[in-house]
Amino acid sequence: MTERPRLAVVGAGPAGLAAALAAAERGVRVTLVDAAEQAGGQFYRQPAAALGARRPQALHHQWRTWERLRAGLDRHRAAGRILHLTDHHVWCVARDPAAGVFGVHALRGPAQEEGVVVRADAVLLATGGYERVLPFPGWTLPGVVTAGGAQAMLKGGLVLPGRTAVVAGTGPLLLPVAGGLAAAGARVAALAESAGPAALLRQAPALAAQPGKLAEGAGYAARLLRHGVRVLTRCTVVAAHGTDRLEAVTVAALDRDGSLRPGSYRRIRCDTLAVGHGMLPHTDLAETLGCSLSGTAVRVDDEQRTDVPGVWAAGEATGIGGAALALAEGHIAGRSAAARLRGTAPDPRRWAAAGRARTRLREFAAALDAVYAPPAGWAERLPDETVVCRCEEVTAGEVRGAVDPLGAGDLRTVKLLSRAGMGWCQGRMCAPAVAGLTGCPLTAGRRPLARPVPLGVLAALPDTDTGLPETGDDLAEAEVGRTAAEVGHPVADAGPPETD
Amino acid sequence: MNPMELVRARPGASRTVTFDGRPLAALPGQTVAAALWAAGVTAWRSTRGAGRPRGVFCGIGVCFDCLVTVNGRPNQRACLVPVRPGDVIRTQEGTGRDDD
Ligand SMILES: Cc1cc2nc3c(=O)[nH]c(=O)nc-3n(C[C@H](O)[C@H](O)[C@H](O)COP(=O)(O)OP(=O)(O)OC[C@H]3O[C@@H](n4cnc5c(N)ncnc54)[C@H](O)[C@@H]3O)c2cc1C
Ligand code: FES
Repeated sequence: MTERPRLAVVGAGPAGLAAALAAAERGVRVTLVDAAEQAGGQFYRQPAAALGARRPQALHHQWRTWERLRAGLDRHRAAGRILHLTDHHVWCVARDPAAGVFGVHALRGPAQEEGVVVRADAVLLATGGYERVLPFPGWTLPGVVTAGGAQAMLKGGLVLPGRTAVVAGTGPLLLPVAGGLAAAGARVAALAESAGPAALLRQAPALAAQPGKLAEGAGYAARLLRHGVRVLTRCTVVAAHGTDRLEAVTVAALDRDGSLRPGSYRRIRCDTLAVGHGMLPHTDLAETLGCSLSGTAVRVDDEQRTDVPGVWAAGEATGIGGAALALAEGHIAGRSAAARLRGTAPDPRRWAAAGRARTRLREFAAALDAVYAPPAGWAERLPDETVVCRCEEVTAGEVRGAVDPLGAGDLRTVKLLSRAGMGWCQGRMCAPAVAGLTGCPLTAGRRPLARPVPLGVLAALPDTDTGLPETGDDLAEAEVGRTAAEVGHPVADAGPPETD
Repeated sequence: MNPMELVRARPGASRTVTFDGRPLAALPGQTVAAALWAAGVTAWRSTRGAGRPRGVFCGIGVCFDCLVTVNGRPNQRACLVPVRPGDVIRTQEGTGRDDD
């Protein structure tokens, strides 16, 4: 009996699904590991089954693609080629140099107390990204949520945070979020986008080269028109108001130099503000494995290989670019991994269509990135008393103080001096703001553990399990310490079933 | 229009949970956060330092702003934990532990 090679795919969004299907079709045993209860990731997030949605596509775009992915997943699962582990939160992926295999360490179940290790010959990271939100006075009030968060709660839980919403910030995500909220019955009082038509025009040639993507944007815009949503461009949120929950927001027009135009301030009553300023890739698992980054994203080659042998990455973990790009990258990564695991070099001509789509969509993403830059001047405008680090309640003034007078020159020192980024979220929420306020470059976080891990799970790891990261980092200790009250369970092996 | 109508949902029978002692109806499959939003509740934590109210922010388990105490266990992310019949959900004050 020949052992089929094993591939662990972390993340069951568009990238991870495309990768898992491509590899399974080529004879690889795939274990697909995801924290969510159902496949789909962010773009194809599904309502919980018990909610009995008979028309979930009403909240979705590109539904046919989803049906194809889901059918493929069902088929391969039934045939034992893909094992889908839902509700598994991966906190570390480590290579055992002696055995030459990888261990994917996950915490199982909603309580995330039980440790599980998936062993595989190669790993494919498709962990997606999370939203960047730049602070403004009032952004910690209940009722202020991230744009994607409002969308995720709507798609997954079929709920709205309130009745009257303002959608604000910058980026292509704002359009579908405003459209989704309006379709689901919220009154969307305004969509305030800080980019202006001039920025769009500057990128016009690059954007016009993607008629399909432009039509998609036009479709979102038409939906907003239908719902009578007022779209304000070159407009930014100045403050959110309320005592114990959001009651209104003030928006103002941006001048070309980034200053707020006097007399343009407008107060809009609302109980929901869905706000976002683009996205950042999830890179912790890749960093722990020693993969190089390029900027804030995992660096990959044409085959979607990282620079660590046996580790591939695809989708928004390797750069923000939307679901269609994630699908193309996932497909290429899955095919490359399947070939390499068999000891052969893949022939890129076989994935030429996906390769062309990837090139086009990356160019489009770069053009969008230039359009949807954070609004100029936001950092200078931020009052000293505004909380920047939501976890540790560190203010803008305290963050500024770490640089002047205290002299910090990088994010890590700013963190040590101000405590910004030392809390539960490990700086994921505040790092972009801290970088902007201090002028330090935004570097990836160096988080040894992607998730807080109960001490019992760490203690139950066998001594011989080499390749685990040092957890001596101040952060990791704080994290582990805080969850240490919970009881751990022994580590179980959840390798895929034998298929040959 | 509401989200349930939009997707023509036929949810299973609702279950009763309590939030700070007040009974609420929650739908099966929803997270604790979704059940609280459906009941009009948007804050269920007060911060350690300034005692300010917080609820959902990122909605996907990244920000830890939505921490809540469920059945006596503090620090549960409400946006991830599914609601179960009879859950006793409490506003989490600070770390949610008695010692601070
Ligand atoms: C909250 C949110 C909502 C969004 N909504 C939309 C939208 O409505 N429309 C739109 O066009 N774009 C949306 N986006 C953008 C979206 O990220 C991409 O378009 C697309 O989903 C990217 O695909 P992906 O496969 O790279 O990553 P994702 O779809 O993000 O999938 C990543 C998967 O990895 C899993 N994962 C990550 N880390 C771990 C871990 N440590 N352990 C286990 N599992 C893990 C996650 O659970 C997730 O299922 C949203 C983004 C966010 C953050
Ligand atoms: S809302 Fe961010 S972790 Fe739950």
